[in-house]
Amino acid sequence: MAKQVIALSKRERLLRAVSRGPLHVAIIAICLMWMVPSTGLFVSSFRPKDAIATTGWWTAFSTASEFTLANYQQVLTAQGMAQSFMNSLIIALPATLLTVAVAAFAAYAFAWMDLPGGEIIFLVVVGLLVVPIQLTLIPVLRMFASAGLTGTFPAVWLAHTAYGLPFAVFLLRNFFIALPKDLLESAFLEGAGHMRVFFRIVMPLSVPSLAALFIFQFLWLWNDLLVALVYLGGFRNVAPMTVTISNLVSSFGSEWHLLTSAAFISMMLPLVVFFALQRYFVQGILAGAVKG
Amino acid sequence: MRTRLVTAAWLWVLPAFVLLGVFLVYPVVNTVYLSFFSGRDMSTFVGLDNYVYLVTHPETITVFRNNLLWLVLFTATTVALGLLLAVLSNQVRYEALAKAIIFIPMAVSFTAAAVIWRFMYIFRPPQFEQTGVVNAAFTALGFDPIPWITNPSVNNYALIAAGIWMWTGFALVVISAGLKGISAEVLEAARVDGANEIQIFWHVILPMLRSVLVVVAVTLIINSLKVFDLVYVMTFGNFATDVLANRMFKEMFTFGNFGRASAVAVVLLLAIVPMMLSNVRRFRRE
Repeated sequence: MAKQVIALSKRERLLRAVSRGPLHVAIIAICLMWMVPSTGLFVSSFRPKDAIATTGWWTAFSTASEFTLANYQQVLTAQGMAQSFMNSLIIALPATLLTVAVAAFAAYAFAWMDLPGGEIIFLVVVGLLVVPIQLTLIPVLRMFASAGLTGTFPAVWLAHTAYGLPFAVFLLRNFFIALPKDLLESAFLEGAGHMRVFFRIVMPLSVPSLAALFIFQFLWLWNDLLVALVYLGGFRNVAPMTVTISNLVSSFGSEWHLLTSAAFISMMLPLVVFFALQRYFVQGILAGAVKG
Repeated sequence: MRTRLVTAAWLWVLPAFVLLGVFLVYPVVNTVYLSFFSGRDMSTFVGLDNYVYLVTHPETITVFRNNLLWLVLFTATTVALGLLLAVLSNQVRYEALAKAIIFIPMAVSFTAAAVIWRFMYIFRPPQFEQTGVVNAAFTALGFDPIPWITNPSVNNYALIAAGIWMWTGFALVVISAGLKGISAEVLEAARVDGANEIQIFWHVILPMLRSVLVVVAVTLIINSLKVFDLVYVMTFGNFATDVLANRMFKEMFTFGNFGRASAVAVVLLLAIVPMMLSNVRRFRRE
């Protein structure tokens, strides 16, 4: 009797698996399609110049073809991608730290301090979330030009920090306001000041959301093209990777051995961050669903 | 005492206010003002001339058409694909892996994505072997290769496809989170009442996802209006693919016309204001 039940459920399971076949096929097919573009770039970046120019990258596995690191060597040195990698770091890291720090103080004030008109000001911040930075480029560029700051790192640090603030303040304020009220109030009753509460209670409790914000903002700046293009001008010595790659595209549009390896160098860090810290990254995306 | 406390509170927000004021609020106002001027030093008042130019010149009319195309096609396709994948992947055990694969393009720059897709769209004359995936697939199916980037009847769609590839992961992750919020009991109750899976999707799941879908669509619309990097790197707006943000960049740096560039930016802002109001309204409700 028991045997029969098992046999039946086995058949049922088989039927179920078969009827769900199309579902699996659809999901797997879409996933494979989604991987093709990046895979092509990755494989090609290791192929010799002549091979890329004459045959498809998918032939690299079926025919006896060689792989090389020469493309990487060339873009890193002759095309300045090594310098640009450093520049991307020099731009993104300080600007991210500055954004998180400035935003944390402001967000705390919005959440826990007596700020007259705070509600309305915060709504203005929510509105600023989606203001396109295009609306600021010309006046800010003129400001930087008259201060002699165009083409310098401090210019992009300041601009990036300001542009990142609405989202950062929004995210952190929403998180801070959800902290347990009793905990903070008992600290205040015991005579703790705002500084103490901020550093001793709020900051340690907020590590996950601070991390999510940090990762999100860092990748955003790492991937930025427009701000660097406008405020750093064409100066090659300060250009981040995005600017260098777009220059490569306009001067060597069909030198695919250079373009593929350069693009992949710029993707390495985001990919590592994504795989290592996916949870935080997705949190940032979910929290920032309103950001434009 | 209270005054002191209030002063202290203002000190906490001061750095943020100064930065937002100098780099966001003032420039926005100034850009609106500058859009009524022209000349190298922006000293000649021209009234609405910059705007009149934008709505009457064939080249800029193409810009509006392209942004509209982006807005409709990019948003609709990305939301639909995100929804489809969220519902499908919700039913399999390798959901996390599938979501990660679709989501990866979100982590890389639009600049890198532009290189990736230029590479996908490589065109070589029919007598040569095709080295781009898309044309290789086309010729394998017996069609002629198409110059995806330079042919004005297809290139906007080609660019939009690259945008969809980047953003579907975003739609998927947000919609999927919303889907998890629908309780199993509600779905079970519908099944007990005799509803089939398709009825459940249209009459239970979709209405319950409404607010999530609005959030995703608003975000995508904003990004379709602001689209810059992909167009700048893939075509620089040539071959009739120009969009507002790239046109503004061109007016600034190619033509040196800051007044007209400001007018383009203001048009962009006007297009985004409804989205901004929708966000503020939703936030107040929450």
